Parts: sequence; C-alpha cells; structure tokens
Amino acid sequence: METIVEKSLEDIFEEKIASEIRIEPKDWMPEKYRKTLVRQISQHAHSEIVGMLPEGNWITRAPSLKRKAILLAKVQDEAGHGLYLYSAAETLGTSRDQMFEDLLSGKAKYSSIFNYPTLSWADVGAIGWLVDGAAIMNQVPLCRTSYGPYARAMVRVCKEESFHQRQGFEIMMTLCNGSEEQKEMAQEAFNRWWWPTLMMFGPKDEESPNTEQSMRWKIKRFTNDELRQRFVDMMVPQAEFLGLTVPDKDLKWNEAKGGYDFGAIDWNEFWNVVKGNGPCNKDRLKARNKAQEEGAWVREAAMAYAEKAATREKKSA
Amino acid sequence: MNKKEWPLWEVFIRSKQGLDHKHVGSIHAADAEMAILNARDVYTRRMEGVSIWVVESSHIHASNPEEAGSFFDPANDKVYRHPTFYVVPAEIKNM
Repeated sequence: METIVEKSLEDIFEEKIASEIRIEPKDWMPEKYRKTLVRQISQHAHSEIVGMLPEGNWITRAPSLKRKAILLAKVQDEAGHGLYLYSAAETLGTSRDQMFEDLLSGKAKYSSIFNYPTLSWADVGAIGWLVDGAAIMNQVPLCRTSYGPYARAMVRVCKEESFHQRQGFEIMMTLCNGSEEQKEMAQEAFNRWWWPTLMMFGPKDEESPNTEQSMRWKIKRFTNDELRQRFVDMMVPQAEFLGLTVPDKDLKWNEAKGGYDFGAIDWNEFWNVVKGNGPCNKDRLKARNKAQEEGAWVREAAMAYAEKAATREKKSA
Repeated sequence: MNKKEWPLWEVFIRSKQGLDHKHVGSIHAADAEMAILNARDVYTRRMEGVSIWVVESSHIHASNPEEAGSFFDPANDKVYRHPTFYVVPAEIKNM
C-alpha cells in the first residue's frame, strides 16, 4: 500500500519537473533531490562567504578611495549572496548552524578558486573579471533551476554579479593602459588565475558523477564542459582587447566547432586543492573559525538581550 | 558554535510608495529591530525598497500544497465570475 502512495508522489514530482513547474519547499521531493540541493546550495553559499577573504585582503590597500569604496561594496555583496543562499538551503530542512559547522570543520566544500592567494592589486581585477565572469556563466542557467527558492536567490545574485565583473574588467583595463610595470602586473595575475578559473566549472563531464542526475532533475541546465567551453569562447576576445596573452600554447580557434580548442587542464592540481592542499585552504578555514569564535559572545549577548526584552514586555502587559 | 541559533524572519519589502509589500526572502536576527536592520543590509543595498516588514517565520501558517487541488477546486468551475463569460452586443459601448 505504502509503495503505491510513494510512487504517485514521485510521479507528481516528475511531472512537475517535466513541465517546468518549480518545486517549492513544502512539496514532496525525492530524498536524493533534497540532499543534492542541500549540498549544492550550501557549497555555493560557503563559496560566497569564503570568497570574501581573498578580496578582503586588499580593502585596506586599495590604490584609491574610489577603488576601496567599490571593493567594499563588492565584498558586502558577496556576504549578501551567501545569506540569500543559506536561507534558500534552510527551506530544505537544514539549519544555518549545521551548515556553518560543516564549513568550519572542513566537511563541506566551497569553490576551490578561493584557495588561491591574492598577491597583487591586479588579482582583484583578475578575480572580478575572470572568477566572477565564470560565476555568471554558472549562475545564469541556475536562475531557471527546478527548485524555486534556489532559482529566486540566483535571480537576485545575477542582478548584482554583473557589476562585479565590470569593475574587475575596468581594473584590468586601467592596468593594461598604464605603465609597462602595470601591464606586466595584469599579465602576471592573468597567468595565475586563468587555469584555476577554468577548473571552477568542475571536473570533466565523464568524471562528474552528479551531473547526469542533476541534469535530469533540471537542477543543472548545462554540463561542466559545455559551460567551460562557452567561458573560454567569451573570454579570449576580451583578453585580446586588453592586450593580454592567454597562458595556453594550445589555444586555437576551431572553425569547425565554432569555438576555441584549449590545452589540457591539470586535474591533479584541481583534486589536490579540493582535498584541502591548495595554497590557502588552511588559512581560509582558520580565518572563518576565528571569526566564528570571536563573534560568539556578540551572538549570545544579542540573544540574551532579546529574550530579556521579551520577558519584560510580557510582564508589563 | 553558539548555543542557540537566532530565529528566522521572513522579509517583505515595499519597492515603491503605493505598491504592496512583497516577500523577498528571509534573514536570521535576535529580535525584530535587528531583523529590520539586517533585512535592509541584505535586501535593499540598491534602493530596492522604501519600507520593510519582518515577521518571525514560525508565525507564518500556510495552506498544504498536497491538498492544493481540492483546496482551490471550488473556484475551478465558476467561469461566470469572469466578465468574459457574458456576451455583450458589439453596439454596446463602455461596458
């Protein structure tokens, strides 16, 4: 008897997915769909939060007041994006504390791109232009993802993301039009960020175990390799405009496919960083743990104050 | 890890004077005052609002999506509630 009921709920779910009807928090959904989403959305949220660290590194050293104000606004946006996403994940039944715990203990992952250091001011430009450019490529299709709260959070994120990419491009353009040293600085940052950015799209399709199911559930709309190819095709002309050389000797226009062929990605590096051995993995987790520990008394005091105020109000009523 | 998580609040924003408040998302805060401040910082960084409502999520009651079919069924067969149900001769103006 039970299996019959279960099946019909699953049928309703599959019908909704097939006819592009969004799944909402209280709707029945397969446990694996829920788990996949909690994993993906919380990883996405963690990436926004950890992503504040490499850029935050340059707030106090931005070259002008204007750049500093812009960078502050951008980093604040990343915090906001993290919060939109955490609350989307919470609608699936996980808690904010649980997600924080998983991040801080190293159990949960975040985008491995944020485990690379920001060595010069040009890195802030390269992150905005490349990393946020790749993020947009990933995120625009997610505005149509099958889970309603995730899709709505992504619409909000995407609206704000294009400022991030443009400010990064503008930093790169300013450097590229500057002195020889400044142009070199831009090229050097580009060299370091190009390959890790291509890795942001995730493992090759044949090595991405979750892709097939996620595509079927319309959580993902394009595969990792499809998005990576689009990104390369979009970025190469922009690099040419800036007068920067893509650090890939195998990069070549392929007339037949109407896109660029590009060199092999060093997947050993990718997996190594994912496993926690990137240049900054330890620093990032340490910084997050420190912030969490040092902020604990503020969170507790605010809660105690709110509880006390509520009791007082009750008494006087 | 803090012992007690701040409660969750649902955030509603009036984007322009004269329009309804609309649900935009949620936020954690210790009390209503902090919820409004946090909502301002998270949901109106680009002048998206002129007024904010917050309500603790635990105070929201919702209809059951699994019963949506039967629950909204009474409205389903009453086409006569729509003006287009009625035939009005072409020569009748202003109706």
